[in-house]
Amino acid sequence: MSTDATLMKIAFGRLTLQAFPVHQPILVATFAVVALGGVVLLGLISYFRLWGYLWREWFTTIDHKRIGIMYMILGLVMLLRGFADALMMRMQQAVAFGGAQGFLPAHHYDQIFTAHGVIMIFFVAMPFITGLMNFVVPLQIGARDVSFPFLNNFSFWMTTMGALLVMLSLFVGEFARTGWLAYPPLSGIAYSPDVGVDYYIWALQIAGIGTLLSGVNLIATIVKLRAPGMTLMKMPVFTWTALCTNVLIVAAFPILTVTLALLSLDRYVGTNFFTNDLGGNPMMYVNLIWIWGHPEVYILILPIFGVFSEVTATFSGKRLFGYTSMVYATVVITILSYLVWLHHFFTMGSGASVNSFFGITTMIISIPTGAKMFNWLFTLYRGRIRFELPMMWTLAFMLTFVIGGMSGVLLAVPPADFVLHNSLFLVAHFHNVIIGGVVFGAFAGISYWFPKAFGFRLDPFWGKMSFWFWVAGFYLAFMPLYVLGLMGVTRRLRHFEDPTLQVWFVIAEVGAVLILLGIVSSLVQIYLSIRRREALRDRTGDPWGGRTLEWSTASPPPAYNFAFTPVVHDNDAWWDMKHRGFRRPVAAFNAIRMPRNTGAGFILATLSGIFGFAMIWHIWWLAALGLVAVLAAAIAHTFNYQRDFQIPAHEVERTEGERTRLLSAQA
Amino acid sequence: MGRIRFIATLPFIATLCACHAIVLNPSGDVAQQQRDLLVYSTELMLIVIVPVMVMTVLFAWRYRQSNRAARYEPDWDHSIHLELFIWAAPLLIIIGLGGLTWVGTHLLDPYRTLGRIKPGESMAHAASPLQVDVVALDWKWLFIYPQYGVATVNELAAPLDRPIEFRITAASVMNSLFIPALAGQIYAMPGMETRLHAVANTAGDFEGFSANYSGAGFSDMRFMFRALVDRDFDQWLAHLRAGGGALGRSDYLRLEQPSEKEPVQGFAAVDPGLYPAILNRCVEAGKLCVNDMMALDAKSGL
Repeated sequence: MSTDATLMKIAFGRLTLQAFPVHQPILVATFAVVALGGVVLLGLISYFRLWGYLWREWFTTIDHKRIGIMYMILGLVMLLRGFADALMMRMQQAVAFGGAQGFLPAHHYDQIFTAHGVIMIFFVAMPFITGLMNFVVPLQIGARDVSFPFLNNFSFWMTTMGALLVMLSLFVGEFARTGWLAYPPLSGIAYSPDVGVDYYIWALQIAGIGTLLSGVNLIATIVKLRAPGMTLMKMPVFTWTALCTNVLIVAAFPILTVTLALLSLDRYVGTNFFTNDLGGNPMMYVNLIWIWGHPEVYILILPIFGVFSEVTATFSGKRLFGYTSMVYATVVITILSYLVWLHHFFTMGSGASVNSFFGITTMIISIPTGAKMFNWLFTLYRGRIRFELPMMWTLAFMLTFVIGGMSGVLLAVPPADFVLHNSLFLVAHFHNVIIGGVVFGAFAGISYWFPKAFGFRLDPFWGKMSFWFWVAGFYLAFMPLYVLGLMGVTRRLRHFEDPTLQVWFVIAEVGAVLILLGIVSSLVQIYLSIRRREALRDRTGDPWGGRTLEWSTASPPPAYNFAFTPVVHDNDAWWDMKHRGFRRPVAAFNAIRMPRNTGAGFILATLSGIFGFAMIWHIWWLAALGLVAVLAAAIAHTFNYQRDFQIPAHEVERTEGERTRLLSAQA
Repeated sequence: MGRIRFIATLPFIATLCACHAIVLNPSGDVAQQQRDLLVYSTELMLIVIVPVMVMTVLFAWRYRQSNRAARYEPDWDHSIHLELFIWAAPLLIIIGLGGLTWVGTHLLDPYRTLGRIKPGESMAHAASPLQVDVVALDWKWLFIYPQYGVATVNELAAPLDRPIEFRITAASVMNSLFIPALAGQIYAMPGMETRLHAVANTAGDFEGFSANYSGAGFSDMRFMFRALVDRDFDQWLAHLRAGGGALGRSDYLRLEQPSEKEPVQGFAAVDPGLYPAILNRCVEAGKLCVNDMMALDAKSGL
């Protein structure tokens, strides 16, 4: 008997039948829905014989446009999961008063708020901005792909594997019950002995490698692959913000990697970096995680500022006001974002001078941010504003973000933070800037560049439905949280005693339901737009009267993006070309060398996922095998010498000829 | 000054009068000063925020595509005066706010002994401070009163207008001691000590709780803070002493075990070495205290 147990332990580590939550009705139902949906999806793919197509054209693709689209799909799918968590939290908090305990026990509720934060930041917001940058940056700088196309595919699959591990924790074992940054000692082995924190660590480590590599890739792309004539100060603002964001990624993510590695050492081999005893220092973890964590919020918002800059200029039909100001503001924010991390824990007992320093540096960030806000404002001024969807999101952002910015600066005043720290006021603040900024911006970006990616616009009616539901839902869901924060209600509570609070939570829940309708509207919008794609078709490649290079090519762009590398004379390069009477070349095409698809990224990421899973469950033999396999696969890939191929001149000519025909039919 | 402050806070109190916004209407002097700083900062920022919001709506409406009467200058993208203005306006606000922050942060540093009992009443006639040693446990609060040799669980009492000096630590994970009516919060962390100075100015029972998530029993980690007039406080102490019960090291180790929704408890006698032992993580017999370990380290080891 005992040898059986030992064998089982060697074979499966900590993984036993108890790890499957068959007694939790919510999880079983979720599993049933996911399994059913999965079976239907896989069945449909098999029925329509799409596996080969998916593998050849998407999974192994190294085309930055397709990888960008896959990032956006990943973000959307994970948004559904993250939002389901949000709805459950709102429901719990709206009913759990006095004698009523609500429908979620602490064990489950604590996982939900942790998963919500982790998913929304790492697997919704990050894929959205990485996807946008991946799709747009090479097109904007007149490049044919990123600098390291294979790395790009590998990065995407690593991020996806991280997301998969988080999803897996729903049905096998459990997720962390620590809050999204997993502060020790709570996340240490002494207080979180089960697999939840390990899922957290390995999901973020695997996804983090993807993020870091994609950061390196995009920096190299922006620095090395710009079209001739595009000096740094002629780069489109979105590309500028992408450059700054990726610099932040490359500088900040290694800190996260090391911090989580130290936490894993504490958990796996019994070191004492962050433990209570033997000289461990949990405050060190809090410092380190925020030295990554604060730049992280700027990683999210900077490219979104870029989106808003592009959208405002395009839909105002006007050059962006204060381009130079905008660039310097972005760079200043990039640098300052490293000097503010301590404002996340003024309440840990630093001295008054330290607290004031970090409070004031935080406020200083609002100067360049304020300058940006004025720049957008004066771009509207004497413009000719078209209220298309991307512009509507931008205006909603401008009105919403200033409120979030104000509450943020308020939290940067240490004595005010002492009464608001960790309260629902804080929760309202960061949702105010993340939804009002990152999410609105991602939607602005999606509706703006969708026609470029697919060649047809998104249905405006359902887009507007989604817009109004989201905006109204956001205000209803989060303004009550500001009020509750001022009433002294703290975050992450599962149950309340004071019945006068309930009405505010009920309003917030109504807001969450409105947001749900907004998400449903978006899905309807995508579905209907695909059905009615012929009516929504854009044959020009430039549906909005664009200003930057991505609008100069076809929609969707050919694999090689540009038949001839454009030459840039102005920071609104395409606007400038249109005004100088640019004539598209229609002959004398050359063959184009393009990188070749490879499955190596997918294979490496899958093996890494297996390695992570084995580490989580202490299945040591599988972990060792997984690690060896990762190394072997990586080495094997270096022997792949057929990394590119030639698109022959006649094929380029045919593709471009098709576009010439479409354009002349248009004219 | 009082009237200005009243008028300044009026809009906030008006919008929130329907609910009991304790953060905006606290009773302790420290929390009131923190509230004032919060309100002043908000107003300072509104100077720039409100015009921006109004201009956004105004510009968006005025320069809509269908309004052909509005001027359209597609190439206008620079004005040195405007750019000076858009950097200078936030800069000036932040200079003001930064000054306010520097002074406010130093004056309201939780480690700093109080400068006054309430507006207009200096410390000259104040009673000697009440000392309270706070330990955050899984998932309850232990309050030790070293001057009186008593302790309570999940109930804190203090006499009015007498400064309170908290020394705060935790037994297992991080928590945050927060009594919104009294003063801002400060973290409670194992093996470390944080401090908080405060004073209660109005009698009443106020809610206190942990403001940093600490695990399964976190939601119910609440206690009552009772601000009492001197006579009532003495009675409270007498009642506590009459209740009996002692808190020694072994009792503490039992109390320390995780438990939820712990009722109020009192201890008439407390081992005076208990709090230092908790702080230095050596309540268990035979465990080397952190301070002793550090002293040894300072002498370069054994």
